[in-house]
Amino acid sequence: MTDLLLTNAKLIDPEGGTVITGALGISDGRISAVITDDSPLPEARTTVDCGRKHLAPGIVDIGVKVCEPGERHKESFGTAGLAAAAGGVTTMVTRPDTDPAIDNPETLEFVIRRAREAAPVNVLPMAALTKGRQGREMTEIGFLLDAGAVAFTDCDNVVTDTKVFGRALAYARSLGALVLGHPQDPGLSAGAAATSGKFASLRGLPAVSPMAERMGLDRDIAMIEMTGARYHADQITTARALPPLERAKANGFDITAGTSIHHLTLNALDVADYRTFFKIKPPLRDEDDRLAVAEAVQSGLIDVISSMHTPQDEESKRQPFEAAASGAVALETLLPAAMRLHHAGLVDLPALWRALSLNPARRLGLEAGRLRVGAPADLVLFDADAPFVMDRADLRSKSRNTPFDGARMQGKVLATYVAGSRVYERT
Amino acid sequence: MTFTHRHLLGIEHLRPEEIVTLLDLADDYVALNKGETKHSEALAGLTQINMFFENSTRTQASFELAGKRLGADVMNMAMQASSITKGETLIDTALTLNAMHPDLLVVRHPHSGAVDLLAQKVNCAVLNAGDGRHEHPTQALLDALTIRRAKGRLHRLNIAICGDIAHSRVARSNIILLGKMENRIRLIGPPTLMPSGIAEFGVEVYDDMARGLEDVDVVMMLRLQRERMDGGFIPSEREYYHRFGLDAAKLSYAKPDAIVMHPGPMNRGVEIDGTLADDINRSVIQDQVEMGVAVRMAAMDLLARNLRDLRGAA
Repeated sequence: MTDLLLTNAKLIDPEGGTVITGALGISDGRISAVITDDSPLPEARTTVDCGRKHLAPGIVDIGVKVCEPGERHKESFGTAGLAAAAGGVTTMVTRPDTDPAIDNPETLEFVIRRAREAAPVNVLPMAALTKGRQGREMTEIGFLLDAGAVAFTDCDNVVTDTKVFGRALAYARSLGALVLGHPQDPGLSAGAAATSGKFASLRGLPAVSPMAERMGLDRDIAMIEMTGARYHADQITTARALPPLERAKANGFDITAGTSIHHLTLNALDVADYRTFFKIKPPLRDEDDRLAVAEAVQSGLIDVISSMHTPQDEESKRQPFEAAASGAVALETLLPAAMRLHHAGLVDLPALWRALSLNPARRLGLEAGRLRVGAPADLVLFDADAPFVMDRADLRSKSRNTPFDGARMQGKVLATYVAGSRVYERT
Repeated sequence: MTFTHRHLLGIEHLRPEEIVTLLDLADDYVALNKGETKHSEALAGLTQINMFFENSTRTQASFELAGKRLGADVMNMAMQASSITKGETLIDTALTLNAMHPDLLVVRHPHSGAVDLLAQKVNCAVLNAGDGRHEHPTQALLDALTIRRAKGRLHRLNIAICGDIAHSRVARSNIILLGKMENRIRLIGPPTLMPSGIAEFGVEVYDDMARGLEDVDVVMMLRLQRERMDGGFIPSEREYYHRFGLDAAKLSYAKPDAIVMHPGPMNRGVEIDGTLADDINRSVIQDQVEMGVAVRMAAMDLLARNLRDLRGAA
């Protein structure tokens, strides 16, 4: 007998590219039936009428920072896990830019244990590509893979020494490991707090040309060509970086690219009078760039949307803009922010879920991210239209540095399921 | 009265008529400062604190003198030496200070936007004495007063601003102020010292002094910071002086009655020829210093009036 039957739902199928009303059966933590026609519904222990709301694969979020080890006052696996569940994120792929960096199997095992104890959602950790994320020596990629690392990245520390980077890529390639790069020319972007242009100049902020991203991507593409590595660009945020990305894909390189929800929904002007919650890395871009990147998500050129969840405490944000820490929390605002793209007609729902769930799952070799019989029953049920005013005091994250505080948003998560178990329900 | 602000954080927030109001009042203070008794009671009973997180002799002295001439109790705090180096945040410093009930806070800080941030956390009037590369409003106002007195007007002038525009808060405040007053602004300097997005500023950009200075009424030179002189932004001091330093030959392209300005302190032989800087027929650099005190008196007077109105209403 089916354990759980979710009926009367608008099923978002990123594989088929469709939104069809139907029902979903769940047994033993997996999807056991997808019914979108008149065929009879299976008998179930529990049946939930979804009230014609949207049911989609849970979000697979590549690049979440949970501040364990080192800065647990900013975020723990417990709080991040609750935030993820409330945001419809069923798999957090965590970043190794902790303090200390997750660069050895022992630290990784600690992280996996903590995640298992505290987080109600799936947690898959990434590990550093080089020791201490310092760009000098590669980490024990083999041991780390064995210990459960799903990808390797130095996060926003660009490995500047191309010999080191090349060897790490080649070594990772031999093990089939995925490497995440941060496409950015480190010389141009050093010290930058904003994207260059009239606004940054008027505000007197040190700024980086958007060209720095293309230069970083061009370099990384050459390195991929040289080594044959499996590569994922963490954030592509500028129009200028899109043609080289397109060429690299056409050339058959093993490359995918992500972008952040903030770069898809905000632009450089949102910083206004030095609002430090809008300080992220890379910095927010011009509106033209935002639209180009959104279009690339719709077309599929950009594969993945991430929250780039980066908790910062009040102290590190209550600083002059240049001195303030970068990053924003986003686990709980990812879905309503993504709904802005849907409501604006920029990206449709199947394309959104292709980038939020299907592609990241595929890239990491996970079975999740699909509405298909046999796939894990990691699901999010949400109301795409429900309006609300974001209040950061309501966030479950320990840190509440969201740029959406006070913003009018649409899209409320109603329930989140991980392996068929409800880990969140809106009350 | 057409000046309604609580703080003076930048020129960006001022309307043209507010600029005129302030300059008119400053004119009165120029007269007062030339008189025998250089004193008024406009700020009597008020406390003025000068917080300088960045070295300054001239601006701090100018604000101090302005406050004292208006009867305020003035205190100077050199912030590099204080708790800021012990890791206290700017906001904590502001809150501590706020508890001492100052009425006027004059702040200079190396980070753009820091003075705005501080102003949100205190309940007194805040004057920006320079924040990072952002704004230096009293400098632009004193430059405007100097120009108005020398040229008899503050509109429809050709004004060249020369040198390190990219790193200069003086340039930004002047571009905004002179633009609001409907002047034609030219920026002259090497491309490495131009800010990004400059094409959208509504100014003309030159990298050649001879063409840039043609027919200008006002030549504003900027100070080239010593740390920018070698290699990084310009090849060398001597090449910079050769191409962009103001001397009599380059000035000859400007109008015959063009005035020469410099916010100080000058690097003689780097951005300006020493003899030219001292030429009382062309250089108004000493006038700028004099106008500086008057403009700061006017700014603090206006802010104090608004502060008293606000408190009276409360």
